[in-house]
This record gives sequence, structure tokens and C-alpha cells, in this order.
Amino acid sequence: MGLFDRHAGLLDAYRDVRTTGADPFQIRMERVLSPTEAIINGKKCLTVGTNNYFGLTFDPSCMEAAIEAIRAEGTGTTGSRIANGSYSEHVALEREIAEFYGKKHCMVFTTGYQANLGVISTLVGAEDFLLIDADSHASIYDACKQTQAEVVRFKHNDPSSLDARLRRIGDKPGNRLVVLEGIYSMLGDSAPLKEFVDVCKKYGAYVLVDEAHALGALGEHGRGLCEAAGVLDDCHFIVGTFSKTLGAIGGYCVSNDPDFDILRVTTRAYMFTASLPPSIVASVRQALRVVKARPELRKQLWDNVHTLYDGLVAQGFKLGPEYGPVVGVHLPDRMTAIGFWRAMLDAGIYVNVAVPPATPNGVSLLRCSLCAVHTKEQLEHVIEVMTGIGRQMGVLAPKLKVVGSGR
Amino acid sequence: MRTAQNLIVENDDAAVLLRRVPTRGEVMAEIVTQLASFRTDESYVIRGGTVITKDLVIDSLAVMDMIMELEDRFDVSIPMNVVAEIQTVDELAETILKLTARR
Repeated sequence: MGLFDRHAGLLDAYRDVRTTGADPFQIRMERVLSPTEAIINGKKCLTVGTNNYFGLTFDPSCMEAAIEAIRAEGTGTTGSRIANGSYSEHVALEREIAEFYGKKHCMVFTTGYQANLGVISTLVGAEDFLLIDADSHASIYDACKQTQAEVVRFKHNDPSSLDARLRRIGDKPGNRLVVLEGIYSMLGDSAPLKEFVDVCKKYGAYVLVDEAHALGALGEHGRGLCEAAGVLDDCHFIVGTFSKTLGAIGGYCVSNDPDFDILRVTTRAYMFTASLPPSIVASVRQALRVVKARPELRKQLWDNVHTLYDGLVAQGFKLGPEYGPVVGVHLPDRMTAIGFWRAMLDAGIYVNVAVPPATPNGVSLLRCSLCAVHTKEQLEHVIEVMTGIGRQMGVLAPKLKVVGSGR
Repeated sequence: MRTAQNLIVENDDAAVLLRRVPTRGEVMAEIVTQLASFRTDESYVIRGGTVITKDLVIDSLAVMDMIMELEDRFDVSIPMNVVAEIQTVDELAETILKLTARR
């Protein structure tokens, strides 16, 4: 028995995917031109699947901040903050994120994945209870494997399902931690957070919200779903990422708990990995300033969400349940999704394709994500191209024709 | 929009229906119903010895989703690490019976 034999099923599925002539999981961006354009397969493509919600990857002020930081402090920290110490910019970044949320403490991680993995797996241990939404991100599932707490899933976005599971724990000792996401990454839907928080209060459970896709996008100040739902004070831990709206890489967790900083010497995903390089810290600090200073980017993003969502619905596509910066287009099966994705790419539009087992309920999706700097014309072009491919592939009903003479 | 108050009422109703400890036959019948659509063909009979992820066409995520349905049917929670250990229909039934007895 070979080491790779147990992946036989996946190898077969992957082989199917590649028969379409393009491998969506090894796509090469030959050159990235802007937040919305890249050269792929020698051709200029419109990118509608980058999570670059505010388009800040090319913001001149963020780029300059990063370049300046490299000149001043070099390319990397070459070690973890526990071993090599923190740069003053790490500490400044943590203070600024904590202030942004009005929380007392913040810990920055090298990736968003590590923030979830480290914080969740360390907050709960033996005798505790961890309750997660069924559609949680892989980083949350992986945290479940690293904790000795009893882990139970509840139905996606269903507060009554969480209620039942908290009720069943009864009067057993141990902390209860509930993990939710501001915006779910595949279908772009948001948690009914106020209702969830009410259930958590009823049972004395702690609430952790991952705002990875909601930072910048939701709330009056872009703080995410916690702000939009008016429950910032009721959410004990907020996790997020620098890799989407803030245009770089990294993760964070904020909290008001007075003992929060003990996580710095107990969280392995923080202690045993190199800290963020100066350039990233500098561009993220600047990006956060831009988010605060330019609320119009949020409005532009949502205008674009409405243009794409409404346009695709009007053509008959089946989308995720609500408006969101992620627009998931349901397709009947994996091969249709891959074929559709390939046809889009051939037409010069890059989107993501998401197929089982990476998707909830085994659905196959084309996953689009909007950028504040997409133009209306670009998005109308996307709708037109998708509609054409949809009709050609039989995903949409053919265009109504004038009825000719009877048989 | 549903309020927390409504949710509590709904749950209490469910709890009344599920308070009784089920028999082994009831648990087996419910598991077989839940798994029926994952058979390779309709003539396959799901038995106690059926290995869930081997004899049926079901991935680990779908198993966890099915478990959530069973949890609500019998008003028990089966922790994920326990789910990971379950291989056969018999083992799943035993787990549910054990948890309902302890309720």
C-alpha cells in the first residue's frame, strides 16, 4: 500500500477536472495588472474572484508604506515574536486594530488561518464545549482537531439548532464557546448574529466571530457583522484577516478579556511561526487608515454587489441566499461547474470554482467576489458573458423565441 | 424575523416529542431512513454491519450532516470525535442509545 493510495478517490476526481483542459487549482496569474485585471494564459482577464474587496492591493499609499518599511527595517523578521521579539510596528498594529474595534486587546498572527487555528484550539480544552456552524471554514474545523474540548456542529445559520445543542449540555461544568462567521466564504451569506447572541447569552456561552470576509464590507465603520448587528460588546472574540479587504496577509483576534494576553505564551500557531515582515505590517496599518478614511469604498462595493447579484438573478441564475461581497452561483454538478469556469476563462473572465468536498451540502459553485473598483461596465460584461455560457451549457433556459407557425 | 423567544418555544415542543428513550428498533429504523438515499442501488439492504463510508456512497461531510438530523430526532448531541470513531450502522445505533439512556 503506497502513501498516496488513500487519496485514490480525490485523484480520480482531480483527473476528471483536468480533462476540461485547464486546472482551476493550478491557475497561473502570469502578471497581475491591477486589483481587477491579470494576464492569464497570455490574455488580459478581468478578475472577479480575488477577495480584494476594496482593491487596496494597488493603493499607492499602502504600497509606499510597505516599500518604506523594507528600506527602514528589512525584508523579514526571521523568527517568531516569542523568540526574536516584537518590532514596535507589530505592537502599533495591534493597538490600532484593538482601537478600531473598541476592544482592549489584540493579537496579530502571520495568517488568518493561524489566527482561527490558534485562538479557537487554545481557548477551549478538556471538559469544555466548542460549538461550530456546520459550514465553518477549514481553519475552524482544523482548530477542532487540535482541542480536547467536546465539539458539536449545529445547522448552518440556525439559532434554534444551536439552542438545542447548548440545552443538551445541561448543567455539565465547562465553558461553552460558539464560533460563527460574519460572512460565509462560499455563498456570501451572513449569520443571524443578533439571534445567535441571544441564544449564547441564555446559556452563558462565549461568542467568537470570524469577520474575515466582513471586515470593511459590513457595519457603519466597516468593523464587520458584529457592528452591523449592534452586538460588538456581546462578541467576546473577533477574529479577522489582513488578506482580503486590507490587501496583504495576516490575521488577528481582539478581545476585552483582561487575561487575553496569556494566549501569547500558550497559542502554538502564534509562538512557533515567524512574525509578519515589516512591509506587511506597514501596508496593513495604512490600509486600515484607508478603510477608516474612505467609507465610499464600502458603498462602491455594495453598489457592485447589487449590480452583479441583481443582474444574474434577472437572467435566471440560482445564487446564494442574500446579497454579499461573495456571490456564489449554483451549478448542477462538478463537471458543469468546471466547464463553466473554463468557458469564462476563455472569454477573459476569472472567477473561482468551488466543488465538493470544499463546499457545503455538496454543491458546485462558481464563486465571484466583488471589488469596490470594478466598474459597472465590467460587471455588465460579466453578466452578459455568464448568461451566454449559461444558455449554451443548458444551465439557463434558452432565450424565448418568437413562436413560429404551428406543426 | 424569528426572535429568541420563538426559538425557545419551538425547542420546548421538540423536547416533549423526544423525551421518551427510544427502542433499538426505532433508532435502527431512523438510521436506515436517513441513509437510504446513499445506497449504491435500491436492492441494497442496510444492516447493522453496513460500514457507512464504505458500503454506501457518502462522504464524511454528508455523514456529519446526517448525524445532525439524527441528533435532533433523538435529542442527543454526538461529539465530532465520537462521530469519527463510528464505522458501522450498529455502532451509530449503540452511540445514540447510550446517549439517550444518559439523558
